[in-house]
This record gives sequence, structure tokens and C-alpha cells, in this order.
Amino acid sequence: MSRTTAGSEGQPGTGTTPVAIADGVHWIGALDPSLRRFDLILRTANGTTYNAYAVRGSAGVAVVDTVKAEFADTFFARLEQVAGYDEIRVIVLNHLEPDHSGALPELMRRAPRAKLVISKRAPAMLKALLKADDQEIRYDTVDTGDAIDLGDRRLRFLHTPFLHWPDTQCTYLPEQQVLFSGDVFGCHHCDPRLFNDRVGDFRFAFEYYYAHIMRPFKAHVLDALKLIEPLPLKLIAPTHGPILRERPRRYVARYRELSGADMALEPVLADAKPLRTLLVFYLSAYGSTARMAEAIAAGAEGVPGIRVSLYDLDGGETEPFVDLIEAADAIALGSPTVNGDAVKPVWDLLSSLAVVSLRGKVGAAFGSYGWSGEAVPMIEDRLRGLKLRVPVPGLRLKLIPTDAELADCRDFGQALAQAVTGADGAAAEAGGGAQKPVIDFADLA
Amino acid sequence: MAKAKLTFEDIGQSVNVPAGIRVIEVSEKVGAGIIYGCREGDCGTCMMHVTEGWNNLTEPSVLEEKVLRENMAGRHDRLACQAQVIGDCTVKPA
Repeated sequence: MSRTTAGSEGQPGTGTTPVAIADGVHWIGALDPSLRRFDLILRTANGTTYNAYAVRGSAGVAVVDTVKAEFADTFFARLEQVAGYDEIRVIVLNHLEPDHSGALPELMRRAPRAKLVISKRAPAMLKALLKADDQEIRYDTVDTGDAIDLGDRRLRFLHTPFLHWPDTQCTYLPEQQVLFSGDVFGCHHCDPRLFNDRVGDFRFAFEYYYAHIMRPFKAHVLDALKLIEPLPLKLIAPTHGPILRERPRRYVARYRELSGADMALEPVLADAKPLRTLLVFYLSAYGSTARMAEAIAAGAEGVPGIRVSLYDLDGGETEPFVDLIEAADAIALGSPTVNGDAVKPVWDLLSSLAVVSLRGKVGAAFGSYGWSGEAVPMIEDRLRGLKLRVPVPGLRLKLIPTDAELADCRDFGQALAQAVTGADGAAAEAGGGAQKPVIDFADLA
Repeated sequence: MAKAKLTFEDIGQSVNVPAGIRVIEVSEKVGAGIIYGCREGDCGTCMMHVTEGWNNLTEPSVLEEKVLRENMAGRHDRLACQAQVIGDCTVKPA
């Protein structure tokens, strides 16, 4: 069962009862089983949960994260069963997105002795979130290594920015070995049985969440894992989805796997030298742009140190191409111009790249056209908008390419490959050391 | 036009730039690790640490100072979307 149906009554997450997850620690979150799309971008086949927690120490209570505003009543009902508002000393927000900060203003009103604790990157966001509300919010900022004393236990903080907002952090309870991880290790899977060893199969939800929320920030995930992996872990308490108490390290290990380069089927090359990679994608109605693509690929292939792959965009699904682009150093996109625009599969591909990091990649555009030829500059603009470097001006040809024009295509491919491998003049400066040759700003524009 | 060498420590890349350019205009093009939000000096996302040549960036504006304060910036932290390069300097993500 993965949907809340018959038999869900009496499960830990139903009703408004808090659920003990560790000594002195309760889940006080809310279930949202009917949600079908989260943040416009994620499908949620059985809804989600907004997990919040209360930690009781001998010197007071800490509330870790809250819930989406419309679920505040359930959150407060659970909280009131484990703590009086006057006992709350600390409210930790590991992530300020409204699904976790929605009940914050009301909680601050009800708990006058509580101080809000957020990451050092969060204050500007906090102000923007609460600017419509005149309430003055008292807060402290914390960084990795900071701790808050609750008497017989402490909350320690890990600064883990960009997982998946600039403000994100994790909070660790060393005495119970509990990690309140925010959205990290979370997923959209609503199941009132709450714990990973009790709920239905949520593997798909875990992977899907990573792929859409964490994947663009892989480098930051790896930085965060350096802080998380050394911690003794009995339980991971994320802000969405099942609480991970059965072999929590498996989920940490899975994040490391997902955040590394996918070497599984990396081509084995005869030449063991590391190569830069260029992907040439094209669409072609009458074969002209296809012939350009082949000539460009051939020209690029002649440059030492680059591996070129050629794909007809019309012959594949978008998602595998996105995977290829994530791992590549450069892409060249070829499209004919139809009614003053590039054709739709090009835009479908480019609008699917938000889930991967494109930082530092090189882009280029080319295409054959009948009478106007806008596709190439439009693709170049979009590539620049996605922060790719476009070092070689796009190549447009009118209708059927001549042999001389195909030679131009080979030159274009060669120039592109040289820009990718750094063989375009600057390499002459190389004299050893890891420092790359100095490049001139004019070559970047 | 006067030139300066702007170095991105995280990727080991130096760029000869025209004096007066903002760091943001260069860092994205070379793939440095500084990340941007609003791009207009308001959100603090692009905070960077200046490891060398602190004096070779333009002075922070009152608005930038305020945003740096709000984001608990360290002594040689600046906003990459605001700071303009006037001489050789080295930066990395904060």
C-alpha cells in the first residue's frame, strides 16, 4: 500500500498525535496525501509530508522546522501534546522555503521566549518571506561547528548551502545520533506509517527527488557529505517523506553514488589520455543541417584530446540526452529555421537542462536555412542565457551546402574543439603546473 | 583600456579583463563556482571571498555593505555582482 486508504487509522502519522522517534524527540509534522504536484516541477503520486520535530532537553524545548501554512493546525495540535509554548527556547529552520516556514510567524507569536536559529545565508530570505507580515522576528545565525545547549543535550549545526537553496543547513543531535537533514535525504512520499522500515516502497520517490531537487547542486552535495559522513547516525529525520531509522547510512551512501560521475558505462578508450567531450546534436528536414553536423563532427574529431559524439535529436528521448550533456564539456546544436525559429525539439532539450549544472561548459549553434535563418542566433542567445560559454560564432548556411561550405563546417568544428581543449593558442603558454593558461576576456564574450 | 588579471581560485583560472568590469560578468563565462541569485546586489547569494588584491576592487556601496552585514560576511567578503575589478585580484566562493 502506498496510498492512505483502509487501515490507515491507528498508524503513527494519522490524527494529531505526536510520534516519538528517539528519546525526547517527537515528529510533529503533517501529512498531505492529496498533493499531486509540488512546486510546479515534481509529480507526487501519493502526496507528501511536511516533517517537523520537537526536541526536549533538560533546559528547554527546541522545535526543528515547521510545516506549510495550511497544515499549521495539525502541527500546533501535535506540538501542544509534547511541549508548552513557554518551554520552547529555540526554533530551528533548516530551510526557509514556505513548506517549512509556513507556521513560523504564528509559532513565534505563541512562543514568546523562543529564538529563531537559521543559517548564516538565510537572513535576507527570511526578511523577504516575512516582509508582508509586520511581525519582528528575533533570530540568531549559525555556522558549522556552532551548537546550542538544551541542558542534557545539544543541537549542532552543519552549514550545507545550496541543498537546495542558499540557506539550507542540517542540525545534528549528538546524544541521540539524530540528523535533522532538511530536504536532504527527503522525498515526496506520504505514508502514515512514517518510518522507512514500515512504509511502502519509496525508492522511486527518493531517486526522483534527488534527480530534480539535488542533482543541479552535485558539487554542494559532495561538500555536505564531507560533513555528514563522519557523524554517527542512528536516524535521519528529513523534512519530507519517511523518517530513516533502518540503516540510515544507506541513504547517505546513495547520495554519494548519485553525486559522483557516472563511470558505470564510461567508454573504454584505446588511448588512456583523458579527453574532453563534445556532443553534436542536430535536426534536419532535408539533410542539409545533418550534413553540416557530420562535417562539424569530422572537423572537431581531428583535434587531439577530444571525443566527439553525433546525435540526431529526432531519434531519441530528451532525458538520456540531458544525462549526456551533464557529463560533457561542450555541445553544438544544429537546427534549421522554420517560420523564423529553431524547431521545437531544440527548445525541449534546452528547457530540460535545469536539472543539471551547466557551469563551465561550451556551447555552439549551427544550421541550414531557407530564407531568414534566425534559429542559430536564437540558440546562441539561449545557450548564453544558460551560462554556457559560446566562444565560436554560430554557423549558418543557405539551403544545400557546397563542398566549400562543408569545409567551413569542418573549420567550425575544429575551432570549437580547440576552444574546448584549450588548444586555441593559449595552450602555448602551458609550462606545467595545474594553473590553466590565462585567457582574455574578449575571447569569452 | 587598462587591464587587470582576475583569478578564480576554485577553478585555477585567470582572465585578463578590462578594468571596471564586474566579477559576475567574468565568473559565469569561465565556470567559476560563485553562484548568483538576484544579480542586483540584494540577495547576498553571490558572496565571494577575496584572497588577494582586496584593494583592487571598487569600494562597496552603502547598499552592498548592508547586504554583506545581513549575510554575516567576513572581512574580505564581497558580492560578485557588485564588485568591479580595478587591478589584479584573486577570488573564490565564500
